[in-house]
Amino acid sequence: MSRPYVRPFPKDWWLARRPYTLFMLREFTAVAAAAYAVLLLVMLYKFKQGPEAFDAFMDALRSPVSLVLHGLILIAVLYHTITWFNLTPKALVIRIGEERVPGALIAGVNYVVWVVVSALLAWIILRARA
Amino acid sequence: MARSNEPFFWALFSAGGVVTAFLLPIHVLLFGILWPLGVIPEATLSYEHLRGIVTHPLGKLYLFVLISLAFFHAAHRLRFTLADLGLKPVARGLAVVCYGGASIGTLLAAGLLIGL
Repeated sequence: MSRPYVRPFPKDWWLARRPYTLFMLREFTAVAAAAYAVLLLVMLYKFKQGPEAFDAFMDALRSPVSLVLHGLILIAVLYHTITWFNLTPKALVIRIGEERVPGALIAGVNYVVWVVVSALLAWIILRARA
Repeated sequence: MARSNEPFFWALFSAGGVVTAFLLPIHVLLFGILWPLGVIPEATLSYEHLRGIVTHPLGKLYLFVLISLAFFHAAHRLRFTLADLGLKPVARGLAVVCYGGASIGTLLAAGLLIGL
């Protein structure tokens, strides 16, 4: 019995063209999101241990290594945010009567909501009283 | 993984993508950049200051959703991307590891939050 032909598939296909590389970068922003979720778990664990453990953990965030890592995570998460918002109009087609709502408007609404939600979250976290 | 699981995990991926896009950047910016640089007053992100939010039922629910969906979003993306990078022969194991990891993260979040 002969085996079916399998087209050879180079492992570095994603380096062949710029859009492929950008696609791969976008996919790997998920690593940053997962890493930050792990960090949130650690924060909760430290929180559970009490004030000393939590405040010591927060102090550790001041190290240059932590700052660099958080900078990288922030860049990755922002790249996810931008690509996600810009894809929304492709996944979500809204019509008003016969007219199709322009994709730029749908994406734009996402950005506005994002800024408002971020400001609200910052306000809730920062104004909280002990 | 049976093919029929697909829509379920896709829904989690999609919800996680939304949550990650809208909510994660401000967390990273506040806790990981602005506070360490001293832009935000030191006491603002202390245990005493944050206790009210973290122990509030809505705060717990928020953190649970944020953490769990971020994990499932990442699991779904990595599962398919790693397969595209040549791990297709172990696709089944990949799915188990990715979704299993997200499930463990979800359970840990639930366990930590319930006890607070």
